[in-house]
Amino acid sequence: MTTRPLPPITPDSRPFWDGCAHGELRVQRCRACAGLQLPPRARCRACGADTFDWATLPPRGVVYSFTIVHRAPTPAFRDDVPYVLALVEVAPGARLMLNVVDCEASAMGIGAPVDIGFEPREADGATAFLPVARLSPATDPPDARPAAR
Amino acid sequence: MSAHAAITGAHVTAVGARPGTTALGLHYEAASGAVADAGLTLDDVDGVLCAYSLAEPHPMLASAFCEHAGLRPAFSAGIHAGGASAATMVVQAAALVRSGQCRHVLVVTGDNRATGMSRDRAIAALAEFGHPEFERPFGLAIYAAYALVARRYMHEYGVRSEDLAALAVVHRRHAGRHPKAHMREPITVDDVLASRVIASPLHLLDCCLVSDGAAAVLVSAAEAAVDCAKHPISVLGAGQGHTHEHIVAAPSLTEFGCRDSAARAFARAGVGPGDVDVAAIYDSFTITLLVELESMGFFAKGEAGPAAAAGALDLGGRLPCNTHGGLLSFGHSGAAGGMFHVVEAVAQLRGEAEARQVPGAEVAFVHGDGGILSAHCSMVLARR
Ligand SMILES: [Zn+2]
Repeated sequence: MTTRPLPPITPDSRPFWDGCAHGELRVQRCRACAGLQLPPRARCRACGADTFDWATLPPRGVVYSFTIVHRAPTPAFRDDVPYVLALVEVAPGARLMLNVVDCEASAMGIGAPVDIGFEPREADGATAFLPVARLSPATDPPDARPAAR
Repeated sequence: MSAHAAITGAHVTAVGARPGTTALGLHYEAASGAVADAGLTLDDVDGVLCAYSLAEPHPMLASAFCEHAGLRPAFSAGIHAGGASAATMVVQAAALVRSGQCRHVLVVTGDNRATGMSRDRAIAALAEFGHPEFERPFGLAIYAAYALVARRYMHEYGVRSEDLAALAVVHRRHAGRHPKAHMREPITVDDVLASRVIASPLHLLDCCLVSDGAAAVLVSAAEAAVDCAKHPISVLGAGQGHTHEHIVAAPSLTEFGCRDSAARAFARAGVGPGDVDVAAIYDSFTITLLVELESMGFFAKGEAGPAAAAGALDLGGRLPCNTHGGLLSFGHSGAAGGMFHVVEAVAQLRGEAEARQVPGAEVAFVHGDGGILSAHCSMVLARR
């Protein structure tokens, strides 16, 4: 049984994955306009500047879109189907692709808030911490959400 | 005489399961057919463009093909733009002949994805399109990426699964009229909705086929086209649009580069969507075509599904589309999938489409999409 792949971490992305290992959601931030983006890249998608630092965001987001995958892309995912794959917006325009776990398929919806955690995955003797999403408890039922939130 | 580059030869091989074939052999079969269709021989070819093969990956496919076919052209190169490769290569071939670098450019694509690689390998190859760090560790496949687009698009514009299914049904109806089509048995909306879910909201019958096959066209300089056997088909105008590669980095899940690519192609051709007699638009999934139709000036948002259900994409409809059956039903053989669309447009403009013929078709619109609606290339072709 092959194992699910680890991210091949690069110098460009290491701050993000180091954040995951420390339980933090770090996002590339443009020094010129403070725009946020993921995955990290050479230029800011908003203003075109090319110098960045990394912002630590609250580990939360909102489901921008989702699918329930029934056919595994590779044998490594065969034991996981069906699984939820979601694009989660963590800041305006900055998205992560995440698995939403521990949820009923019928509870998934666009706009649903999620909490992001970080969990270890081992493959070929190496370990990486990957972000994983769970529907925020406050969403169900919506009127039970604390007013201050 | 028009100064436009012209498509002078076109050929599509048999598609489907073709055990015993190789990717290079399929290329050769299509290439031979295209030059013969033009009334020429391979020795008349002085330019060659190829794309890629998933079943037989070559680092320099165009050179490998030329070696295989015994060609020593004045120009040869490969182009990698996923499903936009075929249209992009035709546009580049047109530029090569218009600039005087070549007289006859052979544009050839093919793959033996159905029998040349295992089902697992074929699907895994499609997973390679995902971002290695930010998509693939989470189990993305290309169909799941399109499913993410479908869910968001349906959410924003009220599109229903029945609307997507209506597109699949039309394609199978078209394919039933093409003797070479891979899948010709009629299907209904209920069949699509009852087929198993691959990645919600997409069902199996919302997805393209996996076929062996190949297709090629010959693109000739205007002054060289007059010597060819068939009526030349002009490349009137073309354009591209690009917004991202990976869906995690797409600026939008509802607006893509197809809007700009079509607008550029129409502007350069001096015609508009209303002038198009027949369309051949990339349909890797039903959602692919629906997004494109509603972005390129043919239908308003949310309108394409109901229009398709009412016959708008059929022969005799407002926009006869993918009259060969498209990737959904004619076949999909890697980069050749997009070339099937080009060959069908040429057949329509020549009046050679037999039972599928759109009477008097003079202007065709061809569109290719590579990646996850990432790379787009549009062309206006005309019989003039
Ligand atoms: Zn910026």
